[in-house]
Amino acid sequence: MSNLKINFAGIKSPNPFWLASAPPTNSGYQVMKAFDMGWGGAVWKTMGVPVVNVSSRYGAIDYRDSRMVGFNNIELITDRPLKDNLKEIEAVKRRFPDNPIIGSLMVESREEWHQIVRDVENAGVDGLELNFGCPHGMCERGMGSAVGQEPKLLELITSWVKEVARTPVIVKLTPNITDITDAARAANQGGADAISLINTIQSLMGVDIDRMVPYPVVDGKSTNGGYCGPAIKPIALNMVRNCAQLGAEKLPISGIGGIENWRDAVEYLLLGAETVQVCTAVMHYGFGIIRELLSGLDDYLKNKNIHDVSEIVGKAVANTTTWENLNLNYQVVAAIDNSKCIQCQLCYTACEDGAHQAIGLTENNRIPYIIEENCVGCNLCAIVCPVEDCISMVRKDQGQTPETWKDRLSAGNVPTSFNDPLAGGLGHHIPDPEDGIKKN
Amino acid sequence: MGDFNQPESKEDFLNNFQEVKPLMNSTEALYESARCLFCYDAPCITACPTEIDIPLFIRQINTNNITGASNTIYRSNWLGNICGQVCPTEVLCEGACVYNHQNVKPIEIGRLQSYATAQAIKSGQKLKKDAKKLNQSVAVVGAGPAGLSAACELSNIGYDVTILEARSMPSGLALHGVAPYKITNEQVLAEVEYLKQQFGFTIEYNHPIANSRDMAYLDDQFQAIFLGIGLGATRSLKLPGENLHGNWGAVEFIETLKISQHQLKVPQRVVVLGGGNTAMDAASECARMGAKQVILAYRKGLDQMGAYRFEYEMAKNAGVQSLWFVNPLEILGSERVEAVKFKKTRLENDKLAILDEEYTVPCDMVIRATGQSKQVNVFSLVEGIQYESDGGMSQGKLPFQTTNPKYFVAGDAFNGGLEVVNAVAEAKKAAVSIHQYLQDL
Repeated sequence: MSNLKINFAGIKSPNPFWLASAPPTNSGYQVMKAFDMGWGGAVWKTMGVPVVNVSSRYGAIDYRDSRMVGFNNIELITDRPLKDNLKEIEAVKRRFPDNPIIGSLMVESREEWHQIVRDVENAGVDGLELNFGCPHGMCERGMGSAVGQEPKLLELITSWVKEVARTPVIVKLTPNITDITDAARAANQGGADAISLINTIQSLMGVDIDRMVPYPVVDGKSTNGGYCGPAIKPIALNMVRNCAQLGAEKLPISGIGGIENWRDAVEYLLLGAETVQVCTAVMHYGFGIIRELLSGLDDYLKNKNIHDVSEIVGKAVANTTTWENLNLNYQVVAAIDNSKCIQCQLCYTACEDGAHQAIGLTENNRIPYIIEENCVGCNLCAIVCPVEDCISMVRKDQGQTPETWKDRLSAGNVPTSFNDPLAGGLGHHIPDPEDGIKKN
Repeated sequence: MGDFNQPESKEDFLNNFQEVKPLMNSTEALYESARCLFCYDAPCITACPTEIDIPLFIRQINTNNITGASNTIYRSNWLGNICGQVCPTEVLCEGACVYNHQNVKPIEIGRLQSYATAQAIKSGQKLKKDAKKLNQSVAVVGAGPAGLSAACELSNIGYDVTILEARSMPSGLALHGVAPYKITNEQVLAEVEYLKQQFGFTIEYNHPIANSRDMAYLDDQFQAIFLGIGLGATRSLKLPGENLHGNWGAVEFIETLKISQHQLKVPQRVVVLGGGNTAMDAASECARMGAKQVILAYRKGLDQMGAYRFEYEMAKNAGVQSLWFVNPLEILGSERVEAVKFKKTRLENDKLAILDEEYTVPCDMVIRATGQSKQVNVFSLVEGIQYESDGGMSQGKLPFQTTNPKYFVAGDAFNGGLEVVNAVAEAKKAAVSIHQYLQDL
């Protein structure tokens, strides 16, 4: 077994897999069960001001035969009494002293923050997570994402917490903001020890087209909720790497958003997260997915000959850059492996209707061919092809010295008009518009 | 498999003839439809004689637009439900599915088709377009797949259609000739009833066209006549002993089985002569009726057999044994069939050579699945119908028009005996020809 132990901003965890603050961490029963099955840590369901929840709380989007590729909720923070939560935190800590419990918190005034920080730290939590991200219900009362969207306010409240906190403070960021790094910097300014992201994305899950009301329906009405699940991973990954590239202002990151299997987790770690938090996948499949997460991560590390999981953290960050730094001399074209082609012609129609008309058909043979001079190397055909490794993108340039837009800009080597020979679109094959009309 | 007891009740019968392609539930339909790749210029459409837009209806099922899906199907094939179940999809649409190139199970197109159309039938979904009524009447002879398809198409255009059916029940071979494990009588009748309700054509049962007076009536009362009369009785092999008790033609046997079900008693030992799909059905059915020994006897070998391989496998799985390279010589017995005497054969340069060695198989019943005769009698009643030198019917100006311009023919009577779906496809085109003929009058 590789070493999966992580020290996250001073919080020691047996592995990087934490349960996110959400329904799966609503009670000592659930957290105890999760730790017993192998979860590393748990962020307790947000404790704070008293709330009332509605009935009918979740909505989901299915894709074809896949259930719950996206999920949202309109549930608020815990509606259980604080003293019950604290009692159960103590009980879990007694039983699992090595598994970190993070207390997620959300209150309003400075006094309330001080009080609740003391209460949960007295119960034995290993860290605090400030919920500045909830984008539904609580934000209408000036909490959650209402705080996360105002960097100044976020910084102030973080500093209140830091006045009394004895354990590391993690600020949970909302993605419902133009630039998440503003919030990440403010957390740093406020004295936070780490950040976690992303919280859910404000969303309407879809509309019941017969009753004409969005999901989830509460007595004929609905409201916006928080979007999560596998579908949001790309958005979250980008925000994680943005925060990982903050240089001197960077804080340790706990990555959240659509993590369901070990691959997702590795991707987050490579982009700079040190722990990952999981919720939707557990709500779908239960705590048992930890078996696959742990074995998958371990196998990956073993296959890469890496002994310690912390070694992979941030390994893809340096390879993530801005567009202007991409090599314009790099050239790939599609190549079809005829022996693997199943003749569905999805590549043909995708390229024909959705890209650059660089795939042709021959009569009496359903296997398409690439028109190399039209191919811009966009990957679309390889993406739509249902057969693994049937279409590959083959490097065609002669390995010239890399030249980026930035290089060209500094050399004054950029097009100034669309007719400029340096412009990209010139010389690309474009069929006659009239040829688009079906001929009989 | 292969161990069936003689069915004593309707329930036993249905148990022995469990459907090969049972109706899907909505979950299975969702999963199966999700697998469809939505191919460009999809090969399944090309492989379908009725050219149903298969990727479209599958996508419609996947988005729970079942009304749209069944409309897509019916627009191309008026017997969408029956065809979904009885079509040899393994060699048509499903055989063309690109997943076959990947050794992935092809999409179960037939079952998806039946899934969508079964709901249309159940709900009585509107099918007929709002066409202006044309004041012309067309007679359709035969309420089989061809006749029904032509009747639907003509009614949809606006014609007043009357079907004249010799039997007391509709659907021709779809009801009387398709093996019960492919479709139940109830399912066939339900679709016909649905189509009748939707299109409003009338079916006059027990109305054979047997003589020139019958034909004169048609000629007098209708502006055009469609002959969907199928084929006649099983051809005789002219073997000594064909008149003994226990001799059956395959088509007659299957028809009796379909109607009598468990009341038909099949004896212990059966020999089925032939190597086509009808032979496979008859043999498989005998095994399922509890016969202890069913022998399929064919003049050539497995590779020369006309039957689809999956049909042969199905018969084999039901317990049918095969006897290759034997040519029937005589059916032995005093009053009842007691045995079949064969001569062994072999292929010499692809030609069948009959050897001297004889071979006798004891049995209680012989089924000839050796093709059906043409309906020459009916055609001879129509004035001016001409034939080509090869025996095929000469075509008039329009597709499926005979040399008597008022008469059109499609289906088995035209093609010599193909699948239900071919009859449906041809008859739809014939109906378009009829429309053109009547418009041009």
